[in-house]
Amino acid sequence: MIAIIDYDMGNLRSLENALDRLGAEYTVTSDADVIRSADKVILPGVGHAGLAMDNLVERGLPDVIRALRQPVLGICVGMQVLCRDSEEAPGKPCLGVFDAHVRQFTPAPGCKVPHMGWNNLGNTEGKLFKGLEASPYVYFVHSYYAGLCPDTVATCAYAGAMFGAAMRYENFYGTQFHPEKSGDEGEAIIKNFLAI
Amino acid sequence: MLAKRIIPCLDVKDGRVVKGINFAGLKDVGDAVELGRRYALEGADELVYLDISATLEGRKTFARLVSRVAEAVNIPFTVGGGIGSLDDASRLLDAGADKITLNSAAIARPELIGEIAAKYGRQFVVVAIDAKSGPDGLWHATTHGGSRPSDKELFSWAREAQERGAGEILFTSMDHDGTRGGYPCLVYAALSDSLVIPVIASGGAGSVEDIAAVLTEGKADAALAASIFHYGQYTIGEVKRYLASKGIPVRI
Repeated sequence: MIAIIDYDMGNLRSLENALDRLGAEYTVTSDADVIRSADKVILPGVGHAGLAMDNLVERGLPDVIRALRQPVLGICVGMQVLCRDSEEAPGKPCLGVFDAHVRQFTPAPGCKVPHMGWNNLGNTEGKLFKGLEASPYVYFVHSYYAGLCPDTVATCAYAGAMFGAAMRYENFYGTQFHPEKSGDEGEAIIKNFLAI
Repeated sequence: MLAKRIIPCLDVKDGRVVKGINFAGLKDVGDAVELGRRYALEGADELVYLDISATLEGRKTFARLVSRVAEAVNIPFTVGGGIGSLDDASRLLDAGADKITLNSAAIARPELIGEIAAKYGRQFVVVAIDAKSGPDGLWHATTHGGSRPSDKELFSWAREAQERGAGEILFTSMDHDGTRGGYPCLVYAALSDSLVIPVIASGGAGSVEDIAAVLTEGKADAALAASIFHYGQYTIGEVKRYLASKGIPVRI
């Protein structure tokens, strides 16, 4: 059973639909025991990283998540809160699983913010990208990005920044893009996560 | 590199697509879900479903359709047509829409943009502007499908929408829409330069060259097209291959 962590950070419908298309069984929960006993855990999230941390704290989940030993996948803001800290949440520590600092994009000529749409990945490595071509296009929607760090397992370039499009540290995985909206490639990435 | 997006638009009336490609081998060309899947397979980057139902029953049918599209399609999709309140937007979000477009209702009550963006994020709100050029040399936003004038001028309204929380601007020139004579690229370029959020060009494409022009000279981030695809003039794959051959970044 997959636990999708429900902490009131955006609509979970797309993720649920993506898992349904793959025939995966899941439960949407904020219950610590259910999360601890799940085979896989997904931490989604759309919105404000500061609010996301507040909502996790309110539900007593930061230590529960940090202590997980099964595969965990953070998506979008879910990945960002797994980082050390974020410019979107000044003075507030995030979960600190990935050793990255999250910064805001600066709009540049020809580069709109949010970074919205399909961009290709570079330097993909590891299990998430098994069987995929080297630079797949995936769907992004975000205004903040994780800097490169030793946990980076895929990069992407935008508005003068090279950033972490996917991360991995031990059993923790994260994607800045939305695999649940990234067509067949995204579906393959979710499948790869489920197969870990 | 961030790809320029190609977005087919499907008009839906009482739950059925009234304009859409007649795909070979597709039994029911009015089935919005099946058409959406076909477009996605062909390489569409996003889909737009526009509800043109005039009745309450038609609108209810549309909401059910949005759920079915969300279940079946694995790329982002936007829904629009007649969204007039936060409740309308919430219903469509719950049904699984990734974005909504606001048009007449945003002009009538601009605060609506901020109310929806505050609740669901800027990325959820596309503000559509149908404008026509006036004898005074300005572009005036219209409402109700171009049939009614408003007091909004294109550039200031687009900037206001951005400041209120719009995540994208979808601009249609009513002077060019349906003419298949190309987009007003200079206007698009000026609009795109004046905003920090993406601009989607819509209405006027008669050829792949027109689409290439609005994505380069016109500095648009995406092109929405209807008739060029619906009448089978080009497939999405053909358009994208042409754009790629011109050095325009597209997802193929």
